[in-house]
Amino acid sequence: MASIGGGLALEELLAEVPQGRAPRGSRRLRFRPWRAFVMLVAGAYFLLPIYAGLKFSLQDINGRFSFEAFQSLPSAPGFSAAFGLSMRLAVATLVVSTLLMVPTTIYVHLRLPRMRRVMEFITILPIVIPPIVIIAGVLPAAPLWAKSSPYLLSFLYVILAMPFNYRSLDAGLSAIDLKTLVEASRSLGGNWFMTLLRVILPNLRAALLSAMVLTIALVLGEFTMASLDLWSTIPVWITQFNTGANGHVQTAASMLGLVGTWLFLTIIVSIDRSESRRSRRKAGAL
Amino acid sequence: MNQDRQEDLTKVVSNASAFETTFVKSPNRFRRRLIRGGVPTLAMAPFLIYTFLGLGIPTLAVINLAFRNENGQASTSNIHLISQGIYRLGFENSIKLALITSIIPSILGVILAYTIQTSRSGLLRRLVATASGVLANFGGVNLTFMFIATLGSTGVLTVWLNVIRLNPWHYGFNLYSFYGVAFVYMYFQIPLMVLIITPALAGLRQSWREAAENMGASTLRYWRHVGIPVLLPSVLGATLLLFGSAFAAYATAESLTTGIIALAPIQIGVVLNGNVVAGQTHVGYAIAFGMLVILSATMILYGLVRRRASKWLP
Repeated sequence: MASIGGGLALEELLAEVPQGRAPRGSRRLRFRPWRAFVMLVAGAYFLLPIYAGLKFSLQDINGRFSFEAFQSLPSAPGFSAAFGLSMRLAVATLVVSTLLMVPTTIYVHLRLPRMRRVMEFITILPIVIPPIVIIAGVLPAAPLWAKSSPYLLSFLYVILAMPFNYRSLDAGLSAIDLKTLVEASRSLGGNWFMTLLRVILPNLRAALLSAMVLTIALVLGEFTMASLDLWSTIPVWITQFNTGANGHVQTAASMLGLVGTWLFLTIIVSIDRSESRRSRRKAGAL
Repeated sequence: MNQDRQEDLTKVVSNASAFETTFVKSPNRFRRRLIRGGVPTLAMAPFLIYTFLGLGIPTLAVINLAFRNENGQASTSNIHLISQGIYRLGFENSIKLALITSIIPSILGVILAYTIQTSRSGLLRRLVATASGVLANFGGVNLTFMFIATLGSTGVLTVWLNVIRLNPWHYGFNLYSFYGVAFVYMYFQIPLMVLIITPALAGLRQSWREAAENMGASTLRYWRHVGIPVLLPSVLGATLLLFGSAFAAYATAESLTTGIIALAPIQIGVVLNGNVVAGQTHVGYAIAFGMLVILSATMILYGLVRRRASKWLP
């Protein structure tokens, strides 16, 4: 899994708003051939496989355009079971991850700032200890009842998702004046639960959403642990499914994953942007 | 209790400093301290227990089993086993693959990130930001099938190149080989580099460049004496992260080659699936332990480089 720094810097990158970069000398206005060249080559390298994947999944066996691959996907043997399993794992991972990480991170920010370093260290560990090593240690160490349940995978996915989950929440919490917000809410008579639900979480929406999308993407794409724990999730199903050496159906399933994640992320980024634009406009009106 | 409070109150009214004394010296002090010390630990407990169960125990199990033979006795026979033959080759290949797929994407990633960072189109930057976020996480099975559709023996690019008589398969290229895997890894390593290095590039201040120019430095001199020295630690750090990412990757290589090339992570998978010589079932844990050692060294180096990098850049 290549999730090493995936979510880490995403927040920072998205936060990089044009300001400050605008006043450039006329020197920058010139057309630069190397810039066009780099963009062209990069564009070709990154878009060509996506184009190829889409083309391949939108073809029938004779190479004609058709939706056959996508249409036959739901009825392909084993697909609906794999899809159901992946979905259940995604929901379980999302719930556990949110319940574990959100209160802990908020508490650390509010009351234990010196523990932030400890959390940062622990949440970076899943990058140092790769999935293949974790699952190698889990299989002999886990009790039988845990190994016989697919939710052992969800338990582990929460750990795999920690690096970007924590960083996303940490960045979101650092961006707001948490202490003042909580004190204001408390002095207005809100209890802790209300403060969390109606003051902190709405302010964390963007961070929460991006953490959630990355978590879902991770669960739906994870192959290492699922295949070695012998559970047929979607990625495992894709590698095992084989009908007449025809990769169209598998490619179609793969493309769904990519397009879906991209769509989700774009929607979230645009929600985030329109939100910040609206609040800026409001501030301007005042 | 109530009377106590009443008394306290009258003192407060009469004298503010008296209130402080009462407050600090109240019998509640012990309870207060208990709450201050106990509750934080309690609040951290679920997280700490969770990570210990999911991360601590498996790691300890790997280390423990790596140093035990089949009968559970302490032994270094597994470590001895991985230091030679096919398992040694696995480590060598893995390190070679990780070096290739960290150094090249690191250079290309910096060029790409710089091009995007200095472009004036906000739309382009946003597009690339989300694209990098998705693609950097897009390893594994999906990527494999996309590349088979592109560069497989009947892939789109293969067919195009065949028309102009440049079919890569006729020139010794094989997607399902070591270099095929390396080529596919670039697809998530380059976006990963763009993600990691962009904040550092954004930290290069325009004023530094202007200062250099005012003192008569050419673009080349600016880069040689300011730009590159400032960026180098960040780039090195990012390259180390990329090395770790490539070294640890399993899914892409496994699904692309169905486990036929000798790479350390793939060999762990093979052993875990039970395809191993009798009496050597613990060799998988030894490989996993070896990977842990290499990755820990990488991360320690990363920490050192990072400290140097944060001197000038965020």
